[in-house]
Amino acid sequence: MAPKLKFDSVKVGDEIPKFVVEGITRPDFVRYAGASGDFVPLHYDQAFVEAAGIPTVFAQGMFTAGLLSKALTDYVGIGNVRQYKVRFATRLWPGDIVTCTGKVTNKLEQNGEKLIEGDLIVLNQKGEPAIRGSFRAACG
Amino acid sequence: MADKSMVGRKGKPFKMPIEWGKVREFARAVKDPNPLYFDPELAKKELGGIPIPVTFLQTSAFWQEADSGPGMGGFDLRRILHGEQEFEFFKPIFVGDTLTGVSQIADVYEKEGGRGGKMTFLVSEVEYTNQRGEKVAVARSTLIETGQTVRAS
Repeated sequence: MAPKLKFDSVKVGDEIPKFVVEGITRPDFVRYAGASGDFVPLHYDQAFVEAAGIPTVFAQGMFTAGLLSKALTDYVGIGNVRQYKVRFATRLWPGDIVTCTGKVTNKLEQNGEKLIEGDLIVLNQKGEPAIRGSFRAACG
Repeated sequence: MADKSMVGRKGKPFKMPIEWGKVREFARAVKDPNPLYFDPELAKKELGGIPIPVTFLQTSAFWQEADSGPGMGGFDLRRILHGEQEFEFFKPIFVGDTLTGVSQIADVYEKEGGRGGKMTFLVSEVEYTNQRGEKVAVARSTLIETGQTVRAS
């Protein structure tokens, strides 16, 4: 586990250490479908997507949001996330190299709780954003 | 079709037990090997229980019945995209808790889009309380109905 993040040592602009997946796969999407109960066939049924005019299956947005949340909890610690928001942009395809990161944009105290806020992003290997997000987390 | 009368429409409450097997499966699916999801003794010592991954409440799909949703009448499911997802957490959620979820439509609005034509946004929320009646989380989804089927970019 990452060492506990200390409010006084966090600075606005600090980067969230990158979590990189070197090539997401169709089995990743199938595993996420089973784990989440999201059985939209766009993510595992090749015949279905071809009939819809799409070249191949692509990642569930929430699969990618799950990868991003791992980068976040590795940084702020599990149990500290107060708010997590993602906006989906470009799709991710099998073989894509996925980089999850973000940065701290604000520090505040609210109702006696020390909090940090920040932006989050998931990029593919071309540097295109698949997700833009934000978070608020307790930081003791 | 932005029908404002849909706002506030609620689904029937559903129960969602938080199960360790499901939490482990989900943590693996999002490639998170953090021992707090896998080692109950460590999790109890560090946090007071086995936690859930940040996006785990998405698994409510397994617990919702046909009448648990707020009703999406008028939306064409073939033209729906998941635009945004948000979670807010107010209290810890642990394995062994039984949550009660209530879905509702929080907002409906229209915008002029790009390649998809006019877009309708539907914001739905699920509010979760635990077995002690404490509000623990809200999950908020924004679905977008495009003017036409969106093809691969």
